[in-house]
Amino acid sequence: MTTLAEYQRGFAAALLADDAPLAAMPGFAVYRNTLMKACVDALEANFPAVTRLVGEEWMRAAATRYVHGALPAGPMLLDYGSTFPDFLAAFEPAASLPWLPDVARLDRLWIEAHMAADAEPMDASRFAAIDPSAMLDVRVQPHPSARWCWCEHSPAHTIWSRNRAEHVDEAQIEWQPEGTLVTRPQEVVLYRPLGPAGIAFMDACATGASLGEATLAALDAEPGAAVPALIASLLEAGALSALLPASRFESHPDPHPDPHPDPHPDPHPDPRPTQSEQRNP
Amino acid sequence: MHPLTAGLGLKPVHYSEAAECAAAGLWFEVHPENYLVDGGPRLAWLDRVRSRHPLSFHSVALSLAGTDGPDPAFLDRLARLVDRFEPALVSGHLAWNRCDGHHLPDLLPVPRTHESLDCIVSNLGRVQDRLKRQLAVENPSHYLALDHSLGEDAALGEVAFLATLATRSGCALLVDVNNVHVSANNLGFDAGAWIDAVPAAPIAELHLAGHSTDPALGAALLVDSHDAPVAPAVWALYERLIERIGPRPTLVERDGNVPSFDTLLDERARADRLLRACAGVPRTQNPLRAVA
Repeated sequence: MTTLAEYQRGFAAALLADDAPLAAMPGFAVYRNTLMKACVDALEANFPAVTRLVGEEWMRAAATRYVHGALPAGPMLLDYGSTFPDFLAAFEPAASLPWLPDVARLDRLWIEAHMAADAEPMDASRFAAIDPSAMLDVRVQPHPSARWCWCEHSPAHTIWSRNRAEHVDEAQIEWQPEGTLVTRPQEVVLYRPLGPAGIAFMDACATGASLGEATLAALDAEPGAAVPALIASLLEAGALSALLPASRFESHPDPHPDPHPDPHPDPHPDPRPTQSEQRNP
Repeated sequence: MHPLTAGLGLKPVHYSEAAECAAAGLWFEVHPENYLVDGGPRLAWLDRVRSRHPLSFHSVALSLAGTDGPDPAFLDRLARLVDRFEPALVSGHLAWNRCDGHHLPDLLPVPRTHESLDCIVSNLGRVQDRLKRQLAVENPSHYLALDHSLGEDAALGEVAFLATLATRSGCALLVDVNNVHVSANNLGFDAGAWIDAVPAAPIAELHLAGHSTDPALGAALLVDSHDAPVAPAVWALYERLIERIGPRPTLVERDGNVPSFDTLLDERARADRLLRACAGVPRTQNPLRAVA
């Protein structure tokens, strides 16, 4: 007699197999299609710029292939697809779209910023209050939501940000490497381009470097970079929060939280069954 | 009567209207899986809705019927979320979705055997101990007749199975009336007999939702799609149930083709009127229009 564990393992395998005996039963297709639709819907919601660039049909076909090799590891589908950019980089039909994995990485950074812990970002006035004699030794850490990424092989920031925006920008794209900074200082996810100096500065802050060390790292990466302007830009984006000495930065709650939620669709509806008819491409 | 009357599933497109609505007795149900984040706008919005309305947490990922049991890390996060939002109700499904380290985002069916019963009772014990809460367990929609798939140890009917589960685990029941209608159609049993037989005492919550017919098989296979208004036959089963057992917190669910918030409020008002009527409470003048 089949044990419950054996039954469940067989049922789970049949959900992704084409020739399982269970699959011949009409009702079984409801489970199979519900599972696949939930995964593919989540990937489509989590990678909106990729979807907009390649079209829904291509995206759903690629996502279906991905699901077969990478079922969700946990129940929060908002977090599903962390390896989808790497999958796209190795996905033969995407070989002619070398910028696509980078765009997927930036979609993923948006999700990570969206889900990250809340913290009060350091603003310009608090930064200005740092004792000048201690300035170089102060260590700042990236805000919990801050994510940054350098894309060496494509102008990924321009391609991605245009495909997150509602309006269409048809201006010519200059083909050059680009970096991106994604932050969520309050409730809304923000993003802006970030040059080599900024990437090096944030990398240094993330490893616990002092402001002086981070400044040197930025200048190493981009000789002649305007570091004060860079820091002003990072503060404006809410990319930094205080680390040491902590007593210099009093935290207080934001009296005017942004009333607008991020326009991200809910990727985890009730796993309602779909029809028995296979509708995925 | 119970302080909770009729509630609505909370959809992100309705966050503002939900937070501002002042309908008497209104509560909102969410899938806690959508709020297992460290911070950000989702938790902020749920805080705003919670400051005005009771919440119900309806988990879709507990895998109560899975031999692998609930994911311990998930259970810990769920417990923290329950502590933070103090929902009035917490519920899960008589289903499984976890197997060999994978999360299968669906409510998968379990045969009703004594082995399954032992497994679910054990899992329910872990969940209720960890959450320090009684869990309500929802009857599933059936698309396959599995009862004889595991040999002879398969004689328990669904109502008897649920009743035994409640007695042994101390769980409550969440009766999804639409699931009873859909399952009765698909497996060929009498929905009214099911509704008349389910024990009243453990029932903590009721669900109402719409369904659709399968495009290939037609009415032979109804699908619990939650993308349409509640069907007349389901309303009739609902009235039949609450006339017998009395009022229970009732959720009106809509997950696809989501209409305006006012349209959902109207559908919810129908359940609210039926609950007030069966509780013998005088109907007030359009309580749902008393929006601040």
